Amino acid sequence: MTKTPLQFRHNGRDVALFVDGGVNLLVALRELIGDMTPKFGCGQGGCGACSVLIDGELHLSCLTLAETVNGRAVETLDGLKDGPNLHPLQRAFMEQFAAQCGYCTPGMLMAAKALLDRNPSPTRAEVVEAISGNICRCTGYEPIINAVLAAATSGRARA
Amino acid sequence: MLELRKDIFADERDDNLKEIGKGTQRQDMLGHVTGTSTYFDDHKLQGMLHLKVLRSPHAHARLRRIDTMEAERAPGVRRIIRGADVPINLNTLLSLINFGKDDEPSLAVDKVRYKGEPIVAVVADSPREAYEALAKVRVDYEPLPAVFDVEEALKPGAPVVNETYPKNTFVYHDVYDHQKLRFGDVERGFAEADHVLEQRYQMSPIEHAPTETNGSIAAPDTNGRYVVYTSTQALFFSLDTCAKILDVPSNTFHFIGGTVGGGFGGKVDTLTEPLAILGAMLTGRPVRYQLGREEEMQFGSPRGAERIYIKDGVMRDGRIVARKIRAYFDSGAYTRLSSYAVVKCVAHLPGPYTIPNVHGDVYCVFTNRTPATAMRGFGVTAMDFALECQMDKLAHLVGIDPMEFRILNAYRDGDMKAHRREAKNTALIECVQVAAEKAKWPLREEVKRMSSRTDGGGSRAAISPTPREPVPQRAAVSQQRTTYDRAPAATVQPPPPAPPTPPPPRPQAPSPSHGATRFSSVFGTRRR
Repeated sequence: MTKTPLQFRHNGRDVALFVDGGVNLLVALRELIGDMTPKFGCGQGGCGACSVLIDGELHLSCLTLAETVNGRAVETLDGLKDGPNLHPLQRAFMEQFAAQCGYCTPGMLMAAKALLDRNPSPTRAEVVEAISGNICRCTGYEPIINAVLAAATSGRARA
Repeated sequence: MLELRKDIFADERDDNLKEIGKGTQRQDMLGHVTGTSTYFDDHKLQGMLHLKVLRSPHAHARLRRIDTMEAERAPGVRRIIRGADVPINLNTLLSLINFGKDDEPSLAVDKVRYKGEPIVAVVADSPREAYEALAKVRVDYEPLPAVFDVEEALKPGAPVVNETYPKNTFVYHDVYDHQKLRFGDVERGFAEADHVLEQRYQMSPIEHAPTETNGSIAAPDTNGRYVVYTSTQALFFSLDTCAKILDVPSNTFHFIGGTVGGGFGGKVDTLTEPLAILGAMLTGRPVRYQLGREEEMQFGSPRGAERIYIKDGVMRDGRIVARKIRAYFDSGAYTRLSSYAVVKCVAHLPGPYTIPNVHGDVYCVFTNRTPATAMRGFGVTAMDFALECQMDKLAHLVGIDPMEFRILNAYRDGDMKAHRREAKNTALIECVQVAAEKAKWPLREEVKRMSSRTDGGGSRAAISPTPREPVPQRAAVSQQRTTYDRAPAATVQPPPPAPPTPPPPRPQAPSPSHGATRFSSVFGTRRR
């Protein structure tokens, strides 16, 4: 099968790889680059576990053809913390018990980051809307919403 | 007596434990928020192959012919696995504790009994090549009449779902087609009651829908062993199940798991490990078998459906004097864990209430639906839904507040439960009082003062006279294994050989044990 060359920024670093036609970004990230933070949940855009940011915008990597991110910047949970320092969202998720099995957490964190990057002071309703494409099955929405609101507050306090 | 040198660790551990009432951080939380918690699918191994499964599009069909010739020649295909390749292609999960007959193949051979049942597995270089090869497998199906309703399945002439159980019910102790509870005389109770209320309840199957689908990766290790990364909720249960199906000693396997992306009971069935390991055995390469979302929904077992009939006799003053229950668990096409759920359900009857006459019949029924399994309180959850709906209706019928109605009928310490065990440490009255308070639900002062600790026992500890019922004849025990789909060859048994001299009895354990000896003796009989 003919492979297509592909180059993009992955969490601030340039990566280059060859992909088969039809390969989605989730497979490219996990199997070709080895970034295991985006998760496979459904492969049909229903659960949000594979959420990543492309040029700062929230996308479902399972529905994104890998070839379409050529020359663009992809951010995953792996790039969220700053060296050893956790991002305020990660600290808030820990403090608010906003993860149980942890499988939806990478997607939730990326959806929350996309929200706070464009709206540092969201209302509760805006947080609910922002994570509405991400399914949690361990009964965790309330602590997750509280964590995003707490991270927004702590982010404003730092700024 | 072992002496612990606590002085060595004096500065590391505070023995004055005060954990209750304060939050404690999960040990896996940092991994979760940084995305470094390792789920089974986060292992990528050198040379890993991918296994996909052809599934039945029919709920019930005979397999006339399975042709894999073209699929075997498809690009990227390393191995086709059929039922004949599975060393012991018939299992039931609870055979590990000697409960039930082997009734479920890993890959269907002669019949498919539910939509989504696995028939052929393909191991290929990539998932895509595996799917493309599956499309080239030709199966000649002869569709058979299917049954999807538990009561239809019990009628004479209903299609036989699973030949291991020709009457479409699980058989307990080789005799009983259901589990019974008899306590007192319900018919007398109904005759004495001021009101009788009979209702029908139905619960649908419920899919766990974990965010992580079921799956596993098996890889050859040194010394002929295999390392298995798995999503299972029951690591050693799955390990032993694989040892049985693959007919190898259990120390062949090193199972690694524990980080599960949501389970809720849907990851105890060992759905993927046996084929992943068999794929690794047959190819000598690591093999990954991960369910897609559609497979998880169609083939991943749900909480089983239940149909429940409750008939209650109640007095004007609110006392329930008789409760008769008939319930049917929809096990789907195979037993898995539903036989056990029925036992648990009957042990739960008639709910946490003191009722002098109780009559329960609960059936584990086979239908052509996806096999059911564990899910959060299974065996009790649906029955409680029905019982508590019934309690509300009864309270309404006699004009008593529903909270007070429950307190009035609740178990108290010293009461006799329907299983002929004395109720101890009961607390339903206190639970209802607290729930009422939190919900700002008014209770009369007299009811607020009631307690589980007082007014129990006495006449409430009596066992009312219970009519005897005829006991069914014990049939000849016949554990059919791989020939389960054929009629028994001979019904006339040859005379039994003279019994061998029994071995000397094993010394009894000095104190009663709760299961460890039972388990080890069961494993002892299974290993050669």
